[in-house]
Amino acid sequence: MIEADRDVCIGAGMCALTAPAVFDQDDEDGRVLVLDEQPPASEAGVVREAVELCPSGALTLRDT
Amino acid sequence: MPDLLPTTRVDPFDPPPELFGTDQPLRPLAYPDGHEGWLVTSHTLAKAVLADQRFSSKLELRRTPVRRPVVDDFRVGEPAAPGFFIAMDPPDHTRLRRQLTGQFTVRRMNQLTPRIEQIVAEHLDAMEQAGPPADLVQAFALPIPSLVICELLGVPYADRAEFQQASSVLLGLDSTDEQAAVAMKSITGYLAGLVGRKRAEPEDDLLSGLTEAGELSDDELVGVALLLLVAGHETTANMLGLGTFALLQHPEQAEALRSGAVPVDNAVEELMRYLSVIQFGTTRTALEDVELAGRLITKGQVLTLSLPAANRDPEKFPNPAELDLGGDAHGHLAFGHGVHQCLGQQLARIEMRIGYAALFERFPGLSLAVPPSEVPVRDDMAIYGVHRLPVSW
Repeated sequence: MIEADRDVCIGAGMCALTAPAVFDQDDEDGRVLVLDEQPPASEAGVVREAVELCPSGALTLRDT
Repeated sequence: MPDLLPTTRVDPFDPPPELFGTDQPLRPLAYPDGHEGWLVTSHTLAKAVLADQRFSSKLELRRTPVRRPVVDDFRVGEPAAPGFFIAMDPPDHTRLRRQLTGQFTVRRMNQLTPRIEQIVAEHLDAMEQAGPPADLVQAFALPIPSLVICELLGVPYADRAEFQQASSVLLGLDSTDEQAAVAMKSITGYLAGLVGRKRAEPEDDLLSGLTEAGELSDDELVGVALLLLVAGHETTANMLGLGTFALLQHPEQAEALRSGAVPVDNAVEELMRYLSVIQFGTTRTALEDVELAGRLITKGQVLTLSLPAANRDPEKFPNPAELDLGGDAHGHLAFGHGVHQCLGQQLARIEMRIGYAALFERFPGLSLAVPPSEVPVRDDMAIYGVHRLPVSW
């Protein structure tokens, strides 16, 4: 499961760039929007990469 | 006494050799003002420091590892000018940056694609019509990002001579304090006038939008505009110029890009990693005593994070000294990391993807018009690149 801390997010867009099926950005302030909190296994690789690339540490992966 | 930051290159594409060949990811570093701080050269450590809020970006706490302050270090030792969020910590940084992030999302930058393609095509047309040789910097690399950032901000492109000159003075290591002060005064005066005009007659651009939103003071608007204008000019322009030079020196890589054998997205990330144009790194100041890599960083000490060295770290990138457009450059630090990671990075990516692809498609026979040793490189500038790139086709 993906958790996003929007207070920490700086809107760099690395998540939306890396895993566009799972992450988007708010049109107003660019902050992260999680489109799919429990993405399919096919997205697991890019989601992990997005979490690793997030510059502000706003994204966390939790086992469900 | 430790050594100063090495800045002399042997090869135009490789960072100074003294940055490598040590197993110490963290070394004592002498600063030109006598400060004894640190140099970080590993990818893991640079990324960790950039993400760590115990290290500050505040201008008043900063020391510079090279003689001449660069633009964001304009008055090191004093608080950052209003709007200069690159030299602030949260929450000031957060408040200012958040006014802008909605304008630089992946989606919004993708929407600019047709306009950027048009700008690129017009410049390639002009270059083709004028015939060889051409200086690729003046014909292509500088005007494209310049036009794009001017349009986005709402700065009349016809006024560019004024701020392009100011930008090069502010980023030049050999500029005197007087020259820098004059350039700063000229450009902030110009932008203050522009903010006034946007307030009176708002248009459909970023500066007008910020002015109308009413969250920023006039001084902050000027600072933000200056930051975006300078950052939008020098960074992508130098990536396009230096990247083209690198591709011409690696023809098999240029052909892989031209033929589509490697995706242009991948090529751009690898060029960013390989070239790392923010050549003197970026600095952070310890807000408290911090133990790092077995060393004690004491409160107030400054760390210089060498992005070129981090992006050539063999622990992160298997063949770091090779330009391999098909390689995996994910996680490079060319845009930085942490809360200050480049605001305009998605714009820069789009400009480079469109720019490189169109250039090599239009001129498959592009070549250097001078011996490579005669290409003047910007080792005297905060942002590395080429001053000129004479090309033929």
